[in-house]
Amino acid sequence: MNDVMILGDVKEGSLDIRTLELLGVGKKLAGDLGVGLSVVLMGDAVSTVAEQAASYGPDRVYKLEHPLLKGVNPDMWLASLQQACKQINPKIVLLSHSLIGMELGPRLACRLNTRLTTDCIDLSIDPEDGLLLRTKPVSGGNAISVFKCPGEPQLATVRANVFDPAEAADGNGEIVDMVPEIDESMITVESIEVVKEEVVALDKADVVISGGAGLGDEDGFEILQDLSKALSKSFGSVMIGCSRVAVDKGWISSDHQVGLTGTMISPDIYIAVGISGAIQHLVGMIKSKKIIAINTDPGCNMFNVADYGVVEDYEKVVPALVKRLEELS
Amino acid sequence: MKEIGIIVCAKQIPDPEAPLSDVSVNAETQEVVVDAPPVISPFDENALEVAIRLKEELGAKITVLSMGKKVSDTVLRKSLVAGADELILLQDDAFEKLDSHSIASALAGAIRKIGEFDLVLTGRQAGDWDSGQVGLILGEILGLPCINLAREIKVEDGNVVVKKVIPEGYERVRAKMPALVTVSNEVGELRYISRTKMLKMLKGVGSIPSWSAEDLGITLETLQKMGIMTLSSPPDMRRDCQFIEGTPDELSDKLAAVFKSLR
Repeated sequence: MNDVMILGDVKEGSLDIRTLELLGVGKKLAGDLGVGLSVVLMGDAVSTVAEQAASYGPDRVYKLEHPLLKGVNPDMWLASLQQACKQINPKIVLLSHSLIGMELGPRLACRLNTRLTTDCIDLSIDPEDGLLLRTKPVSGGNAISVFKCPGEPQLATVRANVFDPAEAADGNGEIVDMVPEIDESMITVESIEVVKEEVVALDKADVVISGGAGLGDEDGFEILQDLSKALSKSFGSVMIGCSRVAVDKGWISSDHQVGLTGTMISPDIYIAVGISGAIQHLVGMIKSKKIIAINTDPGCNMFNVADYGVVEDYEKVVPALVKRLEELS
Repeated sequence: MKEIGIIVCAKQIPDPEAPLSDVSVNAETQEVVVDAPPVISPFDENALEVAIRLKEELGAKITVLSMGKKVSDTVLRKSLVAGADELILLQDDAFEKLDSHSIASALAGAIRKIGEFDLVLTGRQAGDWDSGQVGLILGEILGLPCINLAREIKVEDGNVVVKKVIPEGYERVRAKMPALVTVSNEVGELRYISRTKMLKMLKGVGSIPSWSAEDLGITLETLQKMGIMTLSSPPDMRRDCQFIEGTPDELSDKLAAVFKSLR
């Protein structure tokens, strides 16, 4: 077998959108190579999502069900995925660049003695040798690099929101049961508890107000919160974001972080307060429709990508703006 | 209890947060050129901070490993001033632009040479190539339990107990040491070191050992390059910024009008 194989992510009992994107790009690559497309699904019960995956027209959907695959124990998932690769013998394996994909990818590459490229934004086949050309932003986004690596399977993790999701197809893929050979003795990292926290869904916001090192201290986020309240009277969903530095300083939790290792967003309005505009931050918000920057440093990079700029101390201008917005409402 | 051994892998990279005007792409040499002093990769600094906190809490010997074609010990000596006990540079012309697996193999060679350790810490990814692979591959090569994306790390009764980042919050996990943990920025930034302290303490630092591929028992044929086909500049992100000026009151009037126009 020489398939293109993708690993599916299940979210709330349904195929994650990232998986549909993998199906989209996987189908294209399989077409270019003239080979089949296989989807691997793992979990304690994945029959329903397997049916769902099959409706997008892959050639095969491999179902690996086991009580130990409930949740995501990386040791169990890795062993099962390694086994699936051995049995399917794919030419290309694609994982999403999700938290689990980031963890499984490098370990799988090592175990299969192949080379991985992470966080790819484009994938194509080199017609000369049939190897995968892997396009990936590097240096935080300061450059774009294309890699080609030896080894089989050809392995990549894929960035979200880049490829068009697959559309439902006519032909239904065959569903194949595969029994994972795993047991508890293979667990090296034991889960003690999963703690759910209130997590902001920044990618769902209409307006994001972000603070960075320029806020000076964590109280600065209270001032941004006041602006958020004032704006939420006129705009749908207004949320608070931040730069990586604000998280490092312990001012705010990381679910608020915008950028390469945070959330990538494209709100209607992005307000950057005291953020200098490091490339790793910009790649996470540059698709915002309008960008407003407030910063005391007129030379800071954020002004280069902003539509509107205010060179002033935010502690002066933001409270005045909040007051003005309240008067107007 | 005996002191634990912590190995921190720290990479020297061009400053990933240098102003964009100081950054350029050389397509020919396939390098991102940064006109600013090199730094320790930020997530590796996070890992070092975790190690120093564990040392303060439990006692530990911290060894920092830094690998590259040429590593500047002036950059890496910062780790000693911050609280690491030993710094070892892994330097060799053959270490240029290696792929993640080859880097991890060399680091594994160095760690085996060191011998005893309980914990290997790396940053979640390096700020130059953003690959995020070396730590986990290193763990696999050494046959260690691997924990990715730690936001808090504790050591209890020979186990490492980690809060790891998951989409819905965090998961508390436990592994028997020795283990490998990759560190995310939630753990907090490396402690501040004043320039005076830096200069004063640097004087007390002796010579830094440097190991070559040969010292690590690596045959050069096993080292593979990254496989870069092309390196190019990203699409231009610049917009025409309209600067709004005036007193805070005037600014708030004008900004309120901007928001009104965007509704």
